[in-house]
Amino acid sequence: MKLLALDTSTEACSAALSIDGEIKQHYQVAPREHTHLILGMIESLLQDAGLKSSDIDVMAFGRGPGSFMGVRVAAGVVQGIAFAHSIPVVPVSTLAAMASVAMQETGQTQVLAAIDARMKEVYWGAYCQDEAGQIVLQGEECVVAPEQAPVPAQGEWLTAGTGWASYGAIMRSALGERCVGSLPDCFPSAEAIARLAISAYQNGGAVTAAEAVPVYLRDNVASKPKSAL
Amino acid sequence: MIVLGIESSCDETGIALYDSEKGLLSHVLHSQIELHAEYGGVVPELASRDHIRHLVPLMEQTLQQAGLTQKDIQGVAYTAGPGLIGALMSGACVGRSLAWALGVPAQEVHHMEGHLLAPMLEENPPEFPFVALLVSGGHTLLAHVTGVGQYEILGQSLDDAAGEAFDKTAKMLGLGYPGGPILAKLAVKGVAGVYRFPRPMTDRPGLDFSFSGLKTFALNTWQKLQVECEGQTEKLEQGQADVARAFEEAVVDTLSLKCRRALKQVHCKRLVIAGGVGANQHLRQQLKAMVKKEGGELYYPRIEFCTDNGAMIAYVGCLRLMAGESKALSIDARARWPIDELPSIRD
Ligand SMILES: Nc1ncnc2c1ncn2[C@@H]1O[C@H](COP(=O)(O)OP(=O)(O)OP(=O)(O)O)[C@@H](O)[C@H]1O
Ligand SMILES: [Mg+2]
Repeated sequence: MKLLALDTSTEACSAALSIDGEIKQHYQVAPREHTHLILGMIESLLQDAGLKSSDIDVMAFGRGPGSFMGVRVAAGVVQGIAFAHSIPVVPVSTLAAMASVAMQETGQTQVLAAIDARMKEVYWGAYCQDEAGQIVLQGEECVVAPEQAPVPAQGEWLTAGTGWASYGAIMRSALGERCVGSLPDCFPSAEAIARLAISAYQNGGAVTAAEAVPVYLRDNVASKPKSAL
Repeated sequence: MIVLGIESSCDETGIALYDSEKGLLSHVLHSQIELHAEYGGVVPELASRDHIRHLVPLMEQTLQQAGLTQKDIQGVAYTAGPGLIGALMSGACVGRSLAWALGVPAQEVHHMEGHLLAPMLEENPPEFPFVALLVSGGHTLLAHVTGVGQYEILGQSLDDAAGEAFDKTAKMLGLGYPGGPILAKLAVKGVAGVYRFPRPMTDRPGLDFSFSGLKTFALNTWQKLQVECEGQTEKLEQGQADVARAFEEAVVDTLSLKCRRALKQVHCKRLVIAGGVGANQHLRQQLKAMVKKEGGELYYPRIEFCTDNGAMIAYVGCLRLMAGESKALSIDARARWPIDELPSIRD
């Protein structure tokens, strides 16, 4: 199976190509350059593998949460390519992708992923790796004030992401000695998204290009005017 | 050449297919008016979110209507500015990537050039050169158009755009959203001559406009009227229509006078109106009469192509792609993009 994954949800921009589970990736931390880089990254991955876009069997993208514009860039690019060739798409959580990156890097199996969501909030998700190696969300993903972050009462956790860089002092107090490490500059990667997407695809987690839309978590983005009298 | 056009610069998602040989093949539009109505104006983030949900379904619909598939697309054009950056970016990401995946060229289109050339989609299109009056929600300008990409700006608004003035005045009068067309409808019930509004900047030479003063004038008139008509609902309602009428007349008179001046200045007989305010019936009638008197001819797009649409984008994209232009493998969008910076094409 040939799976093309991409992520532009945070400061990092990446694309990855998995051919039968073997993954190659282009990855660059380049804030504001994503729209200039992403298609070039994809093209060079395909060229190196001697493939055309029509050879792709499945696509995957970081569906959010993250920068609103960033997750739309990934969704838009995936929509364009998937629509061209009617390719199925697997939307993958960027928090899960970060947890996967952190687990790979450290060998830990329990991760609290948090992205700085601005406006004094974080995007939050707790993930555990099960015996089969699957990364499983504990509870729900949410956007929350650091003081209210649902830090688990038990277990040892690795903390990962820019949310911890910004609000580590507040959020770590509930964790105390159960914090086994910290990766505050951990970003999601297309490689991790590809890994997660392969199993999600096998479990029927694919949608059509039209359904490949972002998950923002923050949905109250505008206030209604007080009704004019 | 068959070109798919994508428009997503503001609050409408428009998709169309244009064939250089057969003309317009199909077009669909999704309007976000209801989405923004409760906020009393376009909320940029909500607009972006809506575009990214609707682009693919609308492209499917457009292809289906034309009896074509993705593989028939020979070029992809999308609005790259000016407009709301997030909204533009949604269309640009989908459009540029679609073109890449299909292995066909992509073309960035200037939204206002789309409006300007929209009358070319009609049966009796104007020949170059002509004077164009572009009156939309964000722009009011007069241009001398001598070819595609050859736009000499003769005058523009120094403050509010004509459409913006319509919308703001409507809001002040307590009319719904979006105000322009509602105000125009109400103006039909108004009696001409009850109020006399100024014709801004007509008493001096030049082709620039200023509409923000009219809005203030309307507000003052309306507030006075409300005091006078306290408790007399019917009288107030008629007065409101009279104010709408006076406002519309002032705008239409001003636009008409400047158009005549512009035609004379560049010794031209053809006038083109484009942009959302071009849907205004009084404006069309008065310009028609003025141009006739001058021995010229007036051109305008059908009502649905006055406001934002994919057809004008597909058309302009097709023209420029056929002329050999194309966009590199990078995705860009710009909130600001002066129309006179566009390259001209040879025909
Ligand atoms: N019948 C009408 N009379 C007056 N104004 C109208 C009428 N119909 C539409 N409008 C106005 O036209 C404007 C919308 O036009 P259009 O869609 O071309 O503008 P826009 O796309 O918002 O702005 P721009 O193209 O400058 O970015 C609004 O301001 C609306 O009130
Ligand atoms: Mg417009």
